[in-house]
Amino acid sequence: MADVAQGERRQLAPPVNDAGAFGWLRKNLFSSWGNAITTIVLVGAIGWILARFIDWAVINAVWTAPTGQDCRGHGACWALIHEKYRYIFFGSFPYEQQWRPLLAVITMLAMLILSSDRRMWNARLLWIWGVGSFLTFLLMFGQIHISISLILFVALGAGGLGMLMRGGVGTPAEVNGWRALAAIGAVGLILRVTGVLPAWSLPIAPFDYVETHLWGGLPVTMILATYGLLFAFPYGILLALGRRSHLPLIKGLCVGFIELIRGVPLISLLIMASVMLPLFLPSGTTIDKFLRAQVAVILFAGAYIAEIIRGGLQSLPKGQFEAADAMGLNYFQKTTLIILPQALRVVIPPLINTFIGFFKDTSLVLIIGIFDFLNTANQALVDPNWAGFPGEVYLFAAFVYFCFCFSMSRYAKYLEVELNKGTRR
Amino acid sequence: MATAAQELSKAPSVITLKGVNKWYGQFHVLSDINLDVKLGEKIVVCGPSGSGKSTLIRCINRLEEHQQGDIVVDGVMLSNDVKNIEAIRREVGMVFQSFNLFPHLTILDNLTLAPIWVKKTPKKDAEEIAMNLLKRVRIPEQALKYPGQLSGGQQQRVAIARALCMRPKIMLFDEPTSALDPEMVKEVLDVMVELAREGMTMICVTHEMGFARAVADRVIFMDRGEIVEQNEPEEFFAHPKNERTKLFLGQILHH
Repeated sequence: MADVAQGERRQLAPPVNDAGAFGWLRKNLFSSWGNAITTIVLVGAIGWILARFIDWAVINAVWTAPTGQDCRGHGACWALIHEKYRYIFFGSFPYEQQWRPLLAVITMLAMLILSSDRRMWNARLLWIWGVGSFLTFLLMFGQIHISISLILFVALGAGGLGMLMRGGVGTPAEVNGWRALAAIGAVGLILRVTGVLPAWSLPIAPFDYVETHLWGGLPVTMILATYGLLFAFPYGILLALGRRSHLPLIKGLCVGFIELIRGVPLISLLIMASVMLPLFLPSGTTIDKFLRAQVAVILFAGAYIAEIIRGGLQSLPKGQFEAADAMGLNYFQKTTLIILPQALRVVIPPLINTFIGFFKDTSLVLIIGIFDFLNTANQALVDPNWAGFPGEVYLFAAFVYFCFCFSMSRYAKYLEVELNKGTRR
Repeated sequence: MATAAQELSKAPSVITLKGVNKWYGQFHVLSDINLDVKLGEKIVVCGPSGSGKSTLIRCINRLEEHQQGDIVVDGVMLSNDVKNIEAIRREVGMVFQSFNLFPHLTILDNLTLAPIWVKKTPKKDAEEIAMNLLKRVRIPEQALKYPGQLSGGQQQRVAIARALCMRPKIMLFDEPTSALDPEMVKEVLDVMVELAREGMTMICVTHEMGFARAVADRVIFMDRGEIVEQNEPEEFFAHPKNERTKLFLGQILHH
């Protein structure tokens, strides 16, 4: 009864079932009468719409014209964009100084592009963002006064971070260095608050000062979105970890905050930040409106990011936590070395989805009188000389938004592949 | 055999459990456990599913918390003090049923992580120790691959090497071969037998009775949260005394 395989195993090629482009067409588009008719009708309709659009947007378009009157009866009035693009991009920023927001936008783009390369993900990134952010805001404000309190605060922050990150692994001399830095910052701040140190600041003032209420257009959208998400991300991570904490107080605070923020619309949060917050502050103190909007965006985005990251944390098998525990890693090491690197990888797609959403949602700052890119575009329509061409302006705005959002989406795709190299199970 | 047993009885205790009790809600998962493990002793724990054998060894390194009784490991009493727990975990290596390698790190990084961060070993030394251990488990050529690229048996051998990297005094094995394809069980058991011959103190939860016969100084049978019977392997397999032990051995040995 024994049945034993004889000779060598035959090595066969897989069967060929679709031969070239013609085969593909037949299989996918013309497999039946119904399919064939649907294909022909759809191709016809799409072709017709496309032809009409090209006719309007390119062939019959008016590229330059003194006023909107000359556009009437023709196709797209790109002359309007040509006339207003400086306002759409830079808002009410003083006209002859608009090279400053332009350079600021380029600086931010450069920072973003540099940090998108995985080989740059190390301490260099801190320098890039430190120097780049300083340049961006120096260009936008024109003058920055670095107060002694800020310097001390940065020393305390850097020292604290150094102690936390390097405390376990650095040489004693290095760790003592971080401790000394933190101590200088802490003691200095106490002396400053008690009035022993005078209020001194280092003025850096190469340009004219431009207040935030004159800012507008693309730099505003980019600053709100970039710095909003930059701060919301670590904040969201802390909230997500806090929500899974075993300490009831921390857990309660995080749950309460997340649910509270998620339960209200961003608009109401912005209005609260702009109208109600000043009522609670002692009279005489003001916080810049732009800063208030920025903080509102950070708080709002943080709550959403926290929930996404919590999903990633929950997707990890319990064994990963146990293996890290069994090795004797402490909570901080376990979280930063084992848990977060895996959890964040899992949530890249929903995270980028949220980032894209927030990039566009920053337009809601219109409600408190800040002019981001979409709002300056909208404002360009108010000019009576150019009334009646909303389609062109919104199409242009949509195109610029698309460039940003599509880049983010493609980058997310690249990142997923890059981070999963070799680790796919 | 007798001399080996005498030698063991003179060795110092490294793990002592006294009157340990644990409940999951109303379920009494560990019932009055008393256990004394000598330095260099190899113990195999067996028993039906749900008998508390995994819970028992997971209490030893505080992956599970016991509610009553004392557990002393290497002279340190387990308590809620994080310092004590971390001190014990440094001395106790653990190997899991599902390997639990870190999938985002290479094999080498999996091995050097704990020595570098917990023991503050310089990276170079840690890598040297890791490579030596990978040679011992016979997969040094896989050092730069990721866990997902290895077979189950290879992954479990890496997991053993990873635990050994911390130079632990005690190794806990929680059903190390249960998740493996049959043809890979031997390669993992071979490594464990070698480790046992070198004198490592081991507690293994396993149903590999051949392994128990070959290396165990003592076999413990657990059922319904209590230690029902324990004996030297020959006696244990040849003349089980308790009815439940007989039933269990009958079920796993005759099929």
